[in-house]
Amino acid sequence: MATQEMITYDKIKGVHNIPLEEFYTSGHRTCQGCESATTMRGFIKAAGPRSIVTGSTGCMYVANTSYMTTPWIVPWMHTQLGASGSSAIGMAAGVRALKRKGKIKDEHINAIAFCGDLGGGDMGLSGISGALQTNYDLLIIMYDNESAANTDIQATGLTTYGAQTTFTPPGKKTRIMQKRWKKNVAGMLAVGHPTCKYIATACATYPPMDFLNKVRKALAIGGPTFIHTYDPCPKGWDYHPRYSHELGELGIKSGLYPLYEIVEGQVTYTYDARPKKSRIPVNDFLSKQGRFAHLIQEDIDYIQKMVNQMWDEWEIPGIAPLKGVLKSK
Amino acid sequence: MMTAERVHTDRKVYEREELLNGCQAVAHGVRLADVDVISAYPIRPYTEVMDQLSRIIADGELDAEYIIADSEHSQFEIAKHASSVNARAFAGSSGTGWCYGFEALVVTATDRLPVVYIVGNRALDDPGAFGVEHNDAMAVRDMGWLLLWVTTPQEALEHILLAYRIAEDKRVRMPLALAMDGAFLTHSQHIVKIPAKEAVKKFLPPYDLGAGRLHPDNPISIAPQVNEDWVMEIRRQNWEAAKRARGVIKEAYKEFNAIFGERYSNPYFTEFMTEDADVVLIGLGQIAAAGRTAAKRLREKGQKVGYIGLRWFRPFPTLELREVLKRFKAVGVIDRDFAHGSPDDGGVLLHEIRSCLYPAKNRPAVTNFITGLGGRDVSIDDCIKMFGITQKAMTDEKLDDYVTWIGVRE
Repeated sequence: MATQEMITYDKIKGVHNIPLEEFYTSGHRTCQGCESATTMRGFIKAAGPRSIVTGSTGCMYVANTSYMTTPWIVPWMHTQLGASGSSAIGMAAGVRALKRKGKIKDEHINAIAFCGDLGGGDMGLSGISGALQTNYDLLIIMYDNESAANTDIQATGLTTYGAQTTFTPPGKKTRIMQKRWKKNVAGMLAVGHPTCKYIATACATYPPMDFLNKVRKALAIGGPTFIHTYDPCPKGWDYHPRYSHELGELGIKSGLYPLYEIVEGQVTYTYDARPKKSRIPVNDFLSKQGRFAHLIQEDIDYIQKMVNQMWDEWEIPGIAPLKGVLKSK
Repeated sequence: MMTAERVHTDRKVYEREELLNGCQAVAHGVRLADVDVISAYPIRPYTEVMDQLSRIIADGELDAEYIIADSEHSQFEIAKHASSVNARAFAGSSGTGWCYGFEALVVTATDRLPVVYIVGNRALDDPGAFGVEHNDAMAVRDMGWLLLWVTTPQEALEHILLAYRIAEDKRVRMPLALAMDGAFLTHSQHIVKIPAKEAVKKFLPPYDLGAGRLHPDNPISIAPQVNEDWVMEIRRQNWEAAKRARGVIKEAYKEFNAIFGERYSNPYFTEFMTEDADVVLIGLGQIAAAGRTAAKRLREKGQKVGYIGLRWFRPFPTLELREVLKRFKAVGVIDRDFAHGSPDDGGVLLHEIRSCLYPAKNRPAVTNFITGLGGRDVSIDDCIKMFGITQKAMTDEKLDDYVTWIGVRE
């Protein structure tokens, strides 16, 4: 009964060693400069063909998989907006039962579910939490482009503070409608699921190969795992499609998006934004996007203050927003 | 209980007898169907099925993955996706829990995944109530689900086996909801003959999704985005499957009868004292018990009355039922549900029956009763009263199509 067998994936060293074989190919109609499409292409390239995948409703469903022009070379199935966690459990449980009962060949099959920030970070949070409590081998990838990008860019719980979206337009009376601070999903899941062995944040293109290797690490470590990716969106963030890669990098370097992995409770910062000198001013990131064009200096200062707090005052910088224990009197 | 159930006594077919309630009987059905994946979430009254199954698995009597989900929505998505990788899946719910998972229920039908779920009928909130009402299960009636009501634990057990046989048939491949009245069936005990594993094996073939299964050796994309280009054709395919289900149902019961003895002469409904009846009552679920007893008592007084217990609701046995109902002078339709604001403000079953009868040349008068809501007891006297009103409907034109609430404080 090999239900927890490990798979060995070599770490990809150097861009020249990235596998050439594609399992996410032509057929999709994502926008020019779409970073999420790069996330899709990357995770399945890293995972390889012995995988089954579900995709939650979102732009990576609607723009990705039109009837009879699917880009997926691996078996793929749509799942509901809030069902990434439960669909991953269903696939993994089904495969495990069938293998144990001798109904299919006993081999390792990756069960991977992806969802957007709306589907994963808001609606599907409870299902992902349920999945991370199981002992199934499954990976959930939340691609975060900070909006409901498929329905015309509405704010989600993960949209950056102050951003303009179709739900949060600046008006004559109120400048900032998006008053919620970005939900800390990966950190929350890591803190709340002590037996989950791997949780990471990533960006498809920065640093190079980092995301691919995080996918491989998650699948190799096994059990339920979670990766949150940061996906600049030209349409939603309002910038020229040529700058997707650059914006991801700026978001990480400004400290707005912490980059780390947590392996069995041990944190490694894969971009260390803890030292002040390693962080660029948030305005270098904000000023390049139309969605922040309405902000005034006061707003930028507030965002900078919040980011500084994340890194300078949190007990686990950028991950757990607790500021230490008060001495009892 | 009230049915003259003829159960085979051959030990090779039925191995033992046990005192079981409806939930426990369903659990035995799931064990015998060798289900692969079960997803559980608690809500009364269906939940005892899952209590029983966890024990059966803990004791090693069934080899299955047992997942405690975080909600009904997850519960149904888990079973749906397990089914998509070719694992036989089981789940269930009651009342508002069933509705909480409604999105997942809808896509399970449109994805044509043949899961089997139990619905322990429960009134919908608010106000909170544990008792039976049929609106919960009926919510899936237009969604491409197979839907039926059982009335004894014996039937419940046997229909889990029939359910997988019918739902998984490649001509059908539709999910199936097996409804049973909360409390009156889920928690009332009867002697149940438990089928032998070998006999079940003969009856129920393994689940095979064929070219539709999700596996690395079969790299397909399921449910891509279509819009107006193809949805209509896909809906039409589902419609064809729902139509084919009628034939497959007949076939499955025939096979079942051949192995387990002549258990079911009519798959769709059971007739009680209807041969020369002028008036019948027809209803779903456990009201049959009081209905049949009332019919018997009135027969003793020389009144020509009978009771029809409807089992299959989707597909609706249109032709079979029309053929039978047109023999009578009046039909009283009992609804343990409501359809507020619908034609004549009647219940759901009323509309189904009236619509079924419309093309018949000699239509009986039809009258409707709303009763037993929220688990209120429907007594033998209540049924006698309903027979009386239906008898009046034979001659009194004003009564035709009128809706009467029985057993309500007014």
